Amino acid sequence: MLDEVVFGVTFVVALGSSIAMLFAPNAVHVALFLVASQVALALAFLLQGAYFIAAIQIILYAGAIMVLFLFVIMLLGVDRREALIEPLTGQRPLAAALGVVLAALIGYVAINGVDLVTAGGGEGALNEINRDPGNVMAIARTLFGDYLLPFEVTSVLLVVAIVGVMVLARTIVQAGSGFPAGEEEAEEVAA
Amino acid sequence: MTSVDPGYFLALGGLMFTIGVVGVLVRRNAIVIFMFVELMLNAVNLFFVTFARMQGNVNGQVVVFFVLVVAAAEVVVGLAIIISIFRRRASANVDDVSLLRW
Repeated sequence: MLDEVVFGVTFVVALGSSIAMLFAPNAVHVALFLVASQVALALAFLLQGAYFIAAIQIILYAGAIMVLFLFVIMLLGVDRREALIEPLTGQRPLAAALGVVLAALIGYVAINGVDLVTAGGGEGALNEINRDPGNVMAIARTLFGDYLLPFEVTSVLLVVAIVGVMVLARTIVQAGSGFPAGEEEAEEVAA
Repeated sequence: MTSVDPGYFLALGGLMFTIGVVGVLVRRNAIVIFMFVELMLNAVNLFFVTFARMQGNVNGQVVVFFVLVVAAAEVVVGLAIIISIFRRRASANVDDVSLLRW
């Protein structure tokens, strides 16, 4: 009974704040609704025995990534209201219709494909894993066993991301002036 | 672990993914569009966790771990691109960035 109540709250909060994201004109409000839906999703992960994932969902997503989003929103000053007029006529009804079609497709695939996914040990097996080696231990064994190569490739991805951001975000400092040059001046210096 | 049927979690994930797609199609602010992409990634994470529960192993949860890492890298690079567009055009509206459109 308690499970159903907790899931009901999770469902309403996650879905409600996602829908609110669609209609919030202010970018900061969209970010806050996204945080709410992410916390609700962390609860959904907890309910399904993914304790480690729930923790890093809060720390990484609701913490680090959303702070970065809010930081950029404030830095650029785009927190004013977005014009909610349609630039393309009929775009919104069309998008809503496509959304309904997509939801129907996802539902169809989920209902018909569920048997393929449940081929393993079933829910009891995950309970057993969470009890004996523990959730974090089981993830660590899988991550550093079967998924060792993808894990190492991930480090390459992070290095590429760091270098890419440095290239994208730098401003060229003009020799002698000590002030960062504007984009056009920088191009003149380069030429 | 909960006794709630996994199908309800799949329904929640599917609906959130759909909302993410509609948001990307409808909204005009580049940062807001980016946040809807994050919403889609989150919905897919819920799918993976639910499938891990149904299969009875942690492989799906490990995949979620990788999705989180890729999402973090993607956010950093994407926001850097938005900042450099904003420096040049003083706008984060995707309608203003139409140079490559046919």
